[in-house]
Amino acid sequence: MAFNLKINGTAHSVDVDDDTPLLWVIRDVLGMTGTKFGCGAALCGACTVHIDGIATRSCITTVDSIGDSAITTIEAIGETPQGAALQKAWLDLEVVQCGYCQSGQLMSAAALLTETPKPTDEDINSAMSGNVCRCGTYQRIRAAIKQAAEA
Amino acid sequence: MDTLNLDAPTSGSSTSRRTFLKGGGLLLGFALLGGTTTSVFAANAAQVTEDEVKAPFAPNGFIRIDPKGTVTLVMPMVEMGQGIYTSLAMLLAEELEVDLNQVQVQHAPPNDALYANSILHIQSTGLSSSVRAFWTPLRQAGAVGRTLLIAAAAKEWGSDPATCKAAHGVVTDESGSKHLSYGELAEAASKLPVPAADSVKLKEPKDFALIGTPAKRVDATVKVNGSAIYGIDIKLPGMKVAAIAISPVFGGKVKAVNEKAALAVKGVHQVVKIDEAVAVVADHLGAAKKGLEAAAIEWDDGPHATVNTADIIKELEEKSKQPGAVARNEGDAEKALGSAAQRIDAIYQVPFLAHAAMEPMNCTVQMQKDGCEVWVGTQAPTLTQMAVADVTGFPKDAIRIHNHLLGGGFGRRLEPDGTVLAVKIARHIDGPVKVVWSREEDIQHDMYRPYYYDRMSAGLDADGKPVAWTHRIAGSSIFARYLPQLFVNGLDPDAVEAAAEPPYALPNIHVDYVQVEPPGVPTAFWRGVGPTHNVFVVESFMDELAHAAKQDPVAFRKALLANNPRALAVLNLAAEKAGWGASMPAGQGRGVAVAFIFGSYVVQVAEVEVGPDGAVKVNRIVCGLDCGMSVNPDTIEAQIQGGSIFGLTAVLHGAITIKDGRVEQSNFDNYLPMRIDEVPVIETHLLKGSEAPGGIGEVPTSIVSAAVTNAIFAATGKRIRTLPVDPEMLKSS
Repeated sequence: MAFNLKINGTAHSVDVDDDTPLLWVIRDVLGMTGTKFGCGAALCGACTVHIDGIATRSCITTVDSIGDSAITTIEAIGETPQGAALQKAWLDLEVVQCGYCQSGQLMSAAALLTETPKPTDEDINSAMSGNVCRCGTYQRIRAAIKQAAEA
Repeated sequence: MDTLNLDAPTSGSSTSRRTFLKGGGLLLGFALLGGTTTSVFAANAAQVTEDEVKAPFAPNGFIRIDPKGTVTLVMPMVEMGQGIYTSLAMLLAEELEVDLNQVQVQHAPPNDALYANSILHIQSTGLSSSVRAFWTPLRQAGAVGRTLLIAAAAKEWGSDPATCKAAHGVVTDESGSKHLSYGELAEAASKLPVPAADSVKLKEPKDFALIGTPAKRVDATVKVNGSAIYGIDIKLPGMKVAAIAISPVFGGKVKAVNEKAALAVKGVHQVVKIDEAVAVVADHLGAAKKGLEAAAIEWDDGPHATVNTADIIKELEEKSKQPGAVARNEGDAEKALGSAAQRIDAIYQVPFLAHAAMEPMNCTVQMQKDGCEVWVGTQAPTLTQMAVADVTGFPKDAIRIHNHLLGGGFGRRLEPDGTVLAVKIARHIDGPVKVVWSREEDIQHDMYRPYYYDRMSAGLDADGKPVAWTHRIAGSSIFARYLPQLFVNGLDPDAVEAAAEPPYALPNIHVDYVQVEPPGVPTAFWRGVGPTHNVFVVESFMDELAHAAKQDPVAFRKALLANNPRALAVLNLAAEKAGWGASMPAGQGRGVAVAFIFGSYVVQVAEVEVGPDGAVKVNRIVCGLDCGMSVNPDTIEAQIQGGSIFGLTAVLHGAITIKDGRVEQSNFDNYLPMRIDEVPVIETHLLKGSEAPGGIGEVPTSIVSAAVTNAIFAATGKRIRTLPVDPEMLKSS
């Protein structure tokens, strides 16, 4: 059936089954590939988007559960102050390696800073431990979140 | 901030089919000389000619300069996170005399003649060899470019080339009053005869402007704003996507499929059955996966339905009792063992491991009448091309491979199996299809780091000095399958690497290898290859000897490194930085490991804490390193951090086990990756060397396990001889 989605401020109409995960709507139907597929089971965080500002795993979020909520993806996170500060810190501290998980890392970090502008290490652990990085960039992710929080 | 090209060739609905075919691989666009945003498409296998038309100055496979001044550096090795697009670009840019922000880099097409790695003899990214292999060739290539551009300017001015200088992409005459940019010179320089690579003068290291400085990664910006294009992100007009199920038992076959149920799912177009797999083809992966589930596939398990890990270990145990192919034999180890004051024996085991790169396996294929086109992220483009030629019967030249950024490689993407499978499926499909593996398929149909079973024996004299050392390795040979020409007389050089040549002075040493292939479990290279297994065994056993000799583990090793000054210097550095010898609270311990691997000397000191429940927490890793001259020190530090975590994941959590022919693990809830709340502080201390660079990407992964398990011994008195660490065994009762 048809769903109207508001993604990064733009309305999109898609015609898919109601149990289709949002991830595939974003990536395959709408062609926005910044949001990544990693596990399909909310275990790695690569697919993290914001739904009304809340970090959400799009791989298990069905399209019929979204309603009028506003979806933000990595492509637009730089338009928020938290997202822009994080992207800058990510570049300043050379966080990325393969980069595949970093969209999700940034989306989780942006939600964290919106909720908790000055996160402690424990806050960072709790908000970021759902995001897997097999390259092991965690030490720099932590430092970059702290730098962005000071920005 | 510089402005980058965000218009990757595959994004945007206005991009034409022709552009796709012309473009293919992603080109990372960077601000050019003027700092303007430019959208540039990659040349690719079939577009080399076109590219040369557009960039008249192409003195070798690596440099392209067009009259607008666009400098394109073609990357022979692939970027999978290790920062190689930055480091290799630095080597070229150093001698070409351009700044890194003046260049753009491009994935190379498959071409062994132009891009083979001199260590692996094929265009293949592995064995931590990229900088080692291209250290000289890329500087020479850059110098050839610079020499020609200067010659073209000198000719224009009627000057002696020796009086002209090049810097920042501009040639200047002796007086400093005349300038010509590389763009302005491209046409004229392209008409000059190209000097031989070994005839051009290279800079003295003291004159390096880029090499040895911490350069910014050239691929960072696209990776923080979602615009980087990995193989899984490819989009083609009319493309369908496919979800696949492969026989859960290796070697099994499809028995029955409910095609009707799959086709009833909205968005599903087709069900493809091949011998070993079923693909459901749809508009999007949500539909494809739903269709695959509806297909309720039944399998014929085939000959491996009863394989299990316990039997594999039993076979290794048995076969490792017999002598194997000798990797090293000096003195008489057996005799020395017999007469030693003290004899120590131990068995070490390391498990099968999956790679679990964040980007699941995927490949996009368009079959054509006389050939095919492939979009994939691969560590081995020419090998992939050959594998597709084998399965299709098409000539190599009819197979176009477009490479991409890799969302992790770790050795998994050295194998062409995912591409071959996609080609077999695409044969049945009209138009392009992107085959994407689920995480479960990715873990359960990986090709695994072999299970190794090692028998160690050593003898100590009355002073506690080693007088005999024997090491027998039993396990699968990857070389026998992957590089059979290097598997000679039953000896796999990878399986014994870092075991045959420990850094220590060891009289009476005997190292041999017994090939034992596990039935129905494919094996392959994994980050750190031979050394990941052997450094764990050798350095753990060395720790056992130190303990048996009642000596401090650092002091014991130092005594055996008297003739190895580089290793000794790194050991001294790491021990000092780690505060070796300072007391630690109960339940905590410090462990050390030393190795010479991938051309680099490395020492790690780990600090761990073991809880009453046996839970191990690694608090700190101090890494000393001498990798000769460093190209990009920031990348080295990043690799030490990340590579250590890759190894820590394995030592603490990693094991693939087989039951009834099936891999038991399936996703990140039972094949655990290390997460941010578990990671220790990792410190890197680099000794500045003047030797040619060593490798780095696999060095920390290889050494971290022994440092950690030796620290566990220091903390608990319990020796870990089988990985991963079993907390049950460490419980304080």
